[in-house]
Amino acid sequence: MKIGFFPGCSLHGTGKEYGESLQAITVPLGIELAEIRDWACCGATSAHATNHLLGIALPARTLAQAEEEKHGEVLAPCAACYSRLAAARDEIAHDPTLAQRVNGILGKPFANSVAVLNIVDLLVKMAPVIKQKTTHPLTGMKVASYYGCLLVRPPKVTNCAEFESPQVMEEVVRATGATPVEWPKKLDCCGGGFSLSRSASVVRLGREILENARSAGADVLLVACPMCQSNLDMRQQAMSRRSTKPFDMPILYITQLVGMALGCDSKSLGLGRHFVSTAPATKFMAAASTPAAHTNQPTATKEA
Amino acid sequence: MARIGVFVCHCGENIGRTVDCARVAQALGELPGVAHAADYKYMCSDPGQALVKQAIVEKKLDGVVVAACSPHMHEKTFRRTVSSAGLNPFLCEMANIREHCSWIHEDCEAATVKATDLARFMIEKVKHNVPLQPIRIPITRRALVIGAGISGIQAALDIADGGRDVVLVEKEPSIGGHMSQLSETFPTLDCSQCILTPRMVEVYQHPRIKLYSYSEVDAVEGYIGSFTVRIRRKARSVDESKCNGCGECQKVCPNRKIPSEFDVGLGKRSAIYVPFPQAVPNIPVIDRENCALYKGRARGAKKQACGRCAEACGRQAIDYDQQDSFVTEKVGAIIVATGYQLYSIGKQQEAENLKGYGEYGYGRIPDVIDGLQFERLASASGPTSGKILRPSDGKEPKTIAFLQCIGSRDPAKGMEYCSKICCMYVAKHTMLYHHKVHDGKAVVFYMDIRAAGKGYDEFARRAIEESHALYLRGRVSKMYREGDVIKVFGVDTLSGEPVVIDADMVVLATAMRPQPGIEALAQKLSISYDGHGFINEAHPKLRPVETNTAGVFVAGACQSPRDIPDSVAMASATASKVLGLFSAEELEREPLVAHIDPALCVGCFHCERVCAYGAIEHKEIRDKNDNLIKIVAEVNSGVCQGCGTCQATCPSKADELEGFTDQQIYAEINAF
Amino acid sequence: MTSSQSVSSPENGRNSSGDSLAHEIHNLTGVDPARCYQCGKCTAGCPMANEMAVGPHAMIRLIQLDRRDRLMRDESKWLCLTCETCTSRCPNEIDPARLIDGLREIAFRDHREKTPARIRAFHESFLNQIRMFGRMYELGLVIWYKTKSGALFDDVATAPGLITRGKLNFLPHGNQDIASIRRIFEACVEGKDHK
Repeated sequence: MKIGFFPGCSLHGTGKEYGESLQAITVPLGIELAEIRDWACCGATSAHATNHLLGIALPARTLAQAEEEKHGEVLAPCAACYSRLAAARDEIAHDPTLAQRVNGILGKPFANSVAVLNIVDLLVKMAPVIKQKTTHPLTGMKVASYYGCLLVRPPKVTNCAEFESPQVMEEVVRATGATPVEWPKKLDCCGGGFSLSRSASVVRLGREILENARSAGADVLLVACPMCQSNLDMRQQAMSRRSTKPFDMPILYITQLVGMALGCDSKSLGLGRHFVSTAPATKFMAAASTPAAHTNQPTATKEA
Repeated sequence: MARIGVFVCHCGENIGRTVDCARVAQALGELPGVAHAADYKYMCSDPGQALVKQAIVEKKLDGVVVAACSPHMHEKTFRRTVSSAGLNPFLCEMANIREHCSWIHEDCEAATVKATDLARFMIEKVKHNVPLQPIRIPITRRALVIGAGISGIQAALDIADGGRDVVLVEKEPSIGGHMSQLSETFPTLDCSQCILTPRMVEVYQHPRIKLYSYSEVDAVEGYIGSFTVRIRRKARSVDESKCNGCGECQKVCPNRKIPSEFDVGLGKRSAIYVPFPQAVPNIPVIDRENCALYKGRARGAKKQACGRCAEACGRQAIDYDQQDSFVTEKVGAIIVATGYQLYSIGKQQEAENLKGYGEYGYGRIPDVIDGLQFERLASASGPTSGKILRPSDGKEPKTIAFLQCIGSRDPAKGMEYCSKICCMYVAKHTMLYHHKVHDGKAVVFYMDIRAAGKGYDEFARRAIEESHALYLRGRVSKMYREGDVIKVFGVDTLSGEPVVIDADMVVLATAMRPQPGIEALAQKLSISYDGHGFINEAHPKLRPVETNTAGVFVAGACQSPRDIPDSVAMASATASKVLGLFSAEELEREPLVAHIDPALCVGCFHCERVCAYGAIEHKEIRDKNDNLIKIVAEVNSGVCQGCGTCQATCPSKADELEGFTDQQIYAEINAF
Repeated sequence: MTSSQSVSSPENGRNSSGDSLAHEIHNLTGVDPARCYQCGKCTAGCPMANEMAVGPHAMIRLIQLDRRDRLMRDESKWLCLTCETCTSRCPNEIDPARLIDGLREIAFRDHREKTPARIRAFHESFLNQIRMFGRMYELGLVIWYKTKSGALFDDVATAPGLITRGKLNFLPHGNQDIASIRRIFEACVEGKDHK
């Protein structure tokens, strides 16, 4: 399966292990990611919060590029990128005046024909394949799936029917042999883009999320967004400060979890790049591996 | 040559200010066929009407045009006037020179010319008017009441006490409706059952009321004064004529774990059951889906799986082979009083647009209940004998959050209307809670306190001031269970503060919706309903209890959300309408109905397809030897409402609306 | 069209073309503030409401009241995370998140001096990164932001961690066709429309 790929800025920086683990699992899952040539930043919060048109035009440029490259779908692993791309697509589709304006700005034909996928959309479709290819079932690992905001909201953009009680990440978790836990804060916001400009808020929100996941009995917290990951991982120590007891909650990308089940090695999954030790998670991987176990070692981790 | 009289009214200054009425009268008087023309300050006044009568007699008029206000206003008046002077009333027409002329124009000259023209058109029409006789329909002076909640009970008793027979149909095993489930009622806190059950017994014992419980209306035919109604009597599996309501059967039933509908799932009942001890009739019914015997039959078991109730019955009243049966009743009027259901926030909804409330867990938290469930908890006859105990663990909740407007006033959830009763019953709930749990804290999330009604606002204030309910103005965004409590995330918009309440129980004041199946019933009755399924009244102000089908009336919460006093008042209004209708042996109707010329009709039945009232019937035309020549359309003049749609549709010009024939209309147009 | 009417107040402020705030927001966002009946469900579910002086519902109320100055001065709008919780749950489907974006856009365009320094520094740094490179260059963003905001010593503890984990790149990798990015900025920010 070949699919357009929009890595976004984070996957080259703070979300490096997200990019690595995604590349690692493409091989066993038979996915070919074709990176959009010369993609640009989606504009993230700053564009849409200060200039709506800019927040539409930047993602539209990338969508137009993908269209030119004849992609029917584009995968945007970062939840924020996904949200900006999908929102731009939705607004252009529903506003002919805006569509015309964007066309003028881009200076090239753009039919808005490209669908935007997030990582969960893709992996839930592949859940049967993941289940089939799992060599290291993560039996016993209790996983709190953390959706945060932009994978599910607003529903008119994400088309998420169950935006108040989604189960798609849980379905992927089950495919890896791990056990999903139900917890109420799985849709709450971690503070997103305030990491730099208002870190105290991020610490407060993250603490509530981690406490809730911990009390639900989770061993790891699963994310599909580099902002969520860096907030909850990098600032976990700060979040521990006013908590009842310190946290040691590994914040895994969903691609890392799938990669572990598929037997990818921890280096290719970037498990060493975390601030919080991933040992509480990798022990399940170790438990599953037997000397005879077949492993899906990717031959190349860098393709794009 | 016609001898038409024209009477131009000044309507004080209303017409006279803009239209030169004297000039209009003078101009019209010169037209051929006009034998008399006059103007007067107030034509509808006694002296004005006397002018009309006098002219009819003296000038031997054979037609009258009154150029005045809208026919909606005074057509009836002037038709009575001409009738009292010996002229057929349908030879009188109104030309509207007020709403259509003087009120909307400023130029006196132009308005005068226009007024003259409008009257002139009518003169040409009247030349083609023919005397018409009112239609007389015999009336079956018996009423059908559908639904035996408080509205249906009130309507049935009022009609029966007024001396007319009533057929009362209730789909549940017992009458009483939702009111029988309530604990106490606002704003007086009198016990619901105490005031209702005597009325239920009265219904049962009334010699003029024939009650069909556990029955539904299957089919309706006919028209005002003469409806034929087929009623399905659902199989109770118990012979009503034999059962004496001793209750022995229920004691021996092995399946006693079925959630009770009456207790809204908070209590249990057996498979053979009466819904509640005061049920009327006090005759049990077997719930076949949960009865071991019927389940055994459905599996094809050879041996009878159970039969204990039949063994226990001393009167051999249990009849496992009973089938649904049908009865036919003739009635002259129908009252629809099917009541309401509460919106359920559950994930499964019958329509996509009603789906929502995932943020409240789709109602999956056991201690989140609805208003009716709270009524059962607070009721002395309820599953907890009136103690407020939460369903999950039977603990007494020390903090209850009451959430108003759940579903109501929520366009995103498909219901933009206000359910009207919730503000009041939530206030009542907080009082009942305070009376029963003195140290309990009631927190109410509301958007507005809508307490319009006698003693209502005072009642709501008492909840706040005396029962110390904490009213927070804001909607709740989310709630979930954490440990032993329900976390309720709300806001107090008056202070702007977000609020989190750790509630032991949550009561949702969910929206009132019409009963399921209301659309199908409305279609059987040819009455209209709105997008939510509420029955439409004929006019929101002036005909609030009539429907758009003559002889069919509407009472209670099936028309819109209503409380008990409103429902009872509305029910009595329908009863008075029905008794008024039944006051004569025959119904007199205006003859302005459609007629179809069988010679011209080609039987295409376009008319039938466009008729909103089901007035078009099929008629066979046969020759002397009884050979079928053709099938033509015929108008049932009892049903026809004279809208004229069929006339406009008829391709062969066979269809004429009396009083508005093609000839009459063309005469008007030609005059133009 | 919005039915909001101005309430007479010394704070009333129309923009340079004489538009009321409600009207301007309606035109800018396509969302009619008059549809809000102030149930507060947005504020009830807002993760940042506790830190806001003016919660989302109150912001909409102030739009209805045409209190432009008050809203432009208040920093609450900059605390919105665009988590879209309000938008998903609004009973009137008003899209409060979009309204807040509209407020921010007006503020950033017409009243930038009233924007809190750190927030302004962040957005300016971020947009500059995109303008210069077409992509986000995180180290560049951090340095720029810290210089502009004066928050030099925040987070000094995490930086070495990011570097040792290979998460901070020292060089930007920019777009090849940077001209097309500039063109977007010129059209959107500077209003130079290319036809």
